[in-house]
Amino acid sequence: MSIRRIAIVAIPYLWLLALFLVPFAIVVKISLSDAALAIPPYVPTLDLSAGLEGVKEFFAGLDFENFVFLTEDELYWRAYLSSLKIALLSTALTLLVGYPIAYGMSRAPSEWRPTLMMLVILPFWTSFLIRVYAWIGILSNEGFLNQLLLWSGLITEPLTLLNTNFAVYVGIVYTYLPFMILPIYATLEKLDESLLEAAEDLGCSRLSSFWTVTLPLSRPGVIAGCFLVFIPAIGEFVIPSLLGGSETLMIGKVLWEEFFSNRDWPVASAVAVILLLVLVIPIILFQRNEQKQQEADQ
Amino acid sequence: MSPDAAQQDTSQQASREFAPWNDPEERPLIRFLSVTKKFGEFTAIDDLTLDIYRREFFALLGPSGCGKTTLMRMLAGFEAPTGGTILLDGQDIVPVPPNRRPVNMMFQSYALFPHLSVRDNIAFGLKRSRMSREAIEERVAEMLRLTRLERFATRKPHQISGGQRQRVALARSLAKAPKLLLLDEPLGALDKKLRQETQFELMDIQERTGTTFVIVTHDQEEAMTVASRVAVMDEGRIVQVATPAEIYESPNSVYVADFIGDVNLIEGTARPKGENRVEIDWAEGQPPLIAASQERLAPGTRVHFAIRPEKVAISSERPAQAANAFRGRVHDIAYLGNISTYHVMLENGHLIMAQTANSRRISRRGFSWEDTVWLSWTDSAGVVLTR
Amino acid sequence: MTRRFSWFNATSLTLGFAFLYLPMVILVIYSFNASRLVTVWAGFSTKWYGELLRNEAFLKAAWVTLKVALLSSTLATVLGTMAAYALVRAGRFPGRTLFSGMIYAPLVMPEVITGLSLLLLFIAIGLDRGVLTIVLAHTTFSMCYVSVVVSARLVSFDRSLEEAALDLGCTPFDAFRSVTLPIIAPAVISGWLLAFTLSLDDLVIASFTAGPSSTTLPIKIFSAVRLGVSPEINALSSILILIVTVGVVSAALVSKRTILRREAEARKARRQ
Repeated sequence: MSIRRIAIVAIPYLWLLALFLVPFAIVVKISLSDAALAIPPYVPTLDLSAGLEGVKEFFAGLDFENFVFLTEDELYWRAYLSSLKIALLSTALTLLVGYPIAYGMSRAPSEWRPTLMMLVILPFWTSFLIRVYAWIGILSNEGFLNQLLLWSGLITEPLTLLNTNFAVYVGIVYTYLPFMILPIYATLEKLDESLLEAAEDLGCSRLSSFWTVTLPLSRPGVIAGCFLVFIPAIGEFVIPSLLGGSETLMIGKVLWEEFFSNRDWPVASAVAVILLLVLVIPIILFQRNEQKQQEADQ
Repeated sequence: MSPDAAQQDTSQQASREFAPWNDPEERPLIRFLSVTKKFGEFTAIDDLTLDIYRREFFALLGPSGCGKTTLMRMLAGFEAPTGGTILLDGQDIVPVPPNRRPVNMMFQSYALFPHLSVRDNIAFGLKRSRMSREAIEERVAEMLRLTRLERFATRKPHQISGGQRQRVALARSLAKAPKLLLLDEPLGALDKKLRQETQFELMDIQERTGTTFVIVTHDQEEAMTVASRVAVMDEGRIVQVATPAEIYESPNSVYVADFIGDVNLIEGTARPKGENRVEIDWAEGQPPLIAASQERLAPGTRVHFAIRPEKVAISSERPAQAANAFRGRVHDIAYLGNISTYHVMLENGHLIMAQTANSRRISRRGFSWEDTVWLSWTDSAGVVLTR
Repeated sequence: MTRRFSWFNATSLTLGFAFLYLPMVILVIYSFNASRLVTVWAGFSTKWYGELLRNEAFLKAAWVTLKVALLSSTLATVLGTMAAYALVRAGRFPGRTLFSGMIYAPLVMPEVITGLSLLLLFIAIGLDRGVLTIVLAHTTFSMCYVSVVVSARLVSFDRSLEEAALDLGCTPFDAFRSVTLPIIAPAVISGWLLAFTLSLDDLVIASFTAGPSSTTLPIKIFSAVRLGVSPEINALSSILILIVTVGVVSAALVSKRTILRREAEARKARRQ
């Protein structure tokens, strides 16, 4: 291997080691340390100048106290569970909203499809924050939706929509919808039309050929879309903090508050480590699914 | 006689005169000396030795996975042998990187650079050598003329047809006047008619430029048409190296006989009968096969008798003077226009193919299904194979 | 194939796209509202755009954001392209599994964790938080996106093109520069655009890694929005939406024209 070849591998490799792996190791380390009123606000810190004694002292100072604390405090349990619940439910909702759109796109006249595709991708390039913000104006007590409902006479008192779990669901469905639509559309578009014709030829009605042919064949896209929504939704911070209320407990928000408001770095780090452990299972399942897809495509 | 056939005739005449492999004075251009290539556990090339001479049009023929592409990629420098040496003009080229070898390759996918025009594609290699701008332009113009691409010089690869792309790829690989040109399934992407035209064009260009060509193909007809010599490969080994006519008429093994063209194979036990003659017992109650054989065979050797269908005559009466004659029933007829193939079932259930040229219109065809017929051939019509 | 919309598909598409676009349309409309009470329509006015242009805090944040986005996306494109090349072309090297893991992990890593871990690193090595730290952070996560985009192109790229270049006398580096790079350029450019937008949008990671003097626009918007809806933010959002729309639509038009031209040329070539 020439020097150039080595450099091509080594430079990005070292970059990621230094700025991805090492930071994560620091998080793990701090999660095992004790909080202190110092800067940085934790002990022990690794003091290499003290030689072997320093290293010994460093390891002696580590314990699982913070993790024990997390299991004892009900708040964290509830936050993890409620994150999972919100992510699951909003994934299901996104699927319900996204599937018909993806289906409609794949059955649209072919000259329309690039335009429809662009319309799905466009919001993805638009700032996430702005898209969440747009819903504040719609859902607030004097917001657009309440005004519309009052005007139409359906309600007489404005509904409390903003700062509720409902608003969080709306926000997640809205912002993650393209992630659901695109993979489903990709599988539906590849679907061979003659399979449907064959099903109808063999006596299926339109609806039953959808259930027996289209839906099973679009499963890989559905699975990919669900993971693409579910995984980031668990760790979501912006949506619960802008649209959610005091009842909304999500682990991303808890971590943020532990760190910025309580300034308890060791606990925040422990929360992060457990959040990652919670995510490992869906991530591995997702990777498996992708690999299976790739093998099937070959 | 069509012009194509005339051309074929002259080129075959030329190749009859051109036979450096029979000349002990001639030094080979390429020598593979006990070359082995392993990919992990898999042996792609197994202890292979082969000489290729200057100005040859050499074909590597075999099914996919036989190692022919690996052999070619070792010549280009994209693979290094695990063992053995490869000499080009007497020099060991194993340590030489691909960009320093006087060898160019025409890729199966053509590998035309999509962002460059036809002209720039052809000039690509020249620009990497120390050549003046004028010399490059001149050479490119020459190549465009040679491949009749002058009109398309400014087009991009996606703006020309498949046949034109193939010619650009050829022009590009020939531009640097390599000592050796490698062609990896060069005509695989063309339809049949275009492929046949292009084969003659390739032979023509090869003769005019005097470059040594090594072609990889799995299409036996293509190999037979273009090549001065053909190497038939199987599982990383060379089974036979010979001229197309020798390969077809005197295959050295069942594998080669079966791979090239149609063949009837009959297994039996040899019984030598005098000088250069052998009788083969092949079935209960049938007379033995009588065949000529150069090899001295021990009595009782298991052999295969191979005979091409067009060398089997078919008649309604027993021919008076035939070394071999067997009676059977017409089982199936494949009408191919110019020829017909009859599948005849002998009395012991053995199926033999016989081919006749349809020189008359179909209404005059002699035999029909279920007719009783005689199959016959001379003692030198087939070959006796021991492996 | 020519087909018409069935009523079911037409309805689901209309409702779906209404859901995707109405919130943004409403946002834009209300940015022209004369009243400070964002939700009460009091006539057309562009005064909030004027206010926005006079708001120095916003302008300064916008400048910081732009600077960070330009620097980090460029750096990320270089590193991401190298990483993609290493993954797809460099064959086996020690620690390849770890390397590809580190490329894909940041894509699914919650931003709060990425932000927190980078902040802890910067503190541990005593790096003051500022533009530099945000650039480092953004480069790290967006290079992974770039490398995914570029490696998808590299995988579908006909390997024999590079071999042809080597065969015709190029050194490996020369082959990369004169053949590979021009061909993967569209993917590299979209990687850069992706990295640029990711950096422009990012709130969470920037919040962790920014210092007091290096507030970015999303941080500014976030702290303003927490207090409720404000017409200046509507105006600002409308401007950003306009920029993105113009960008995406014109990119789509350009690529559509290229595709049409190529198809026409290919048809012409086949007829010859």
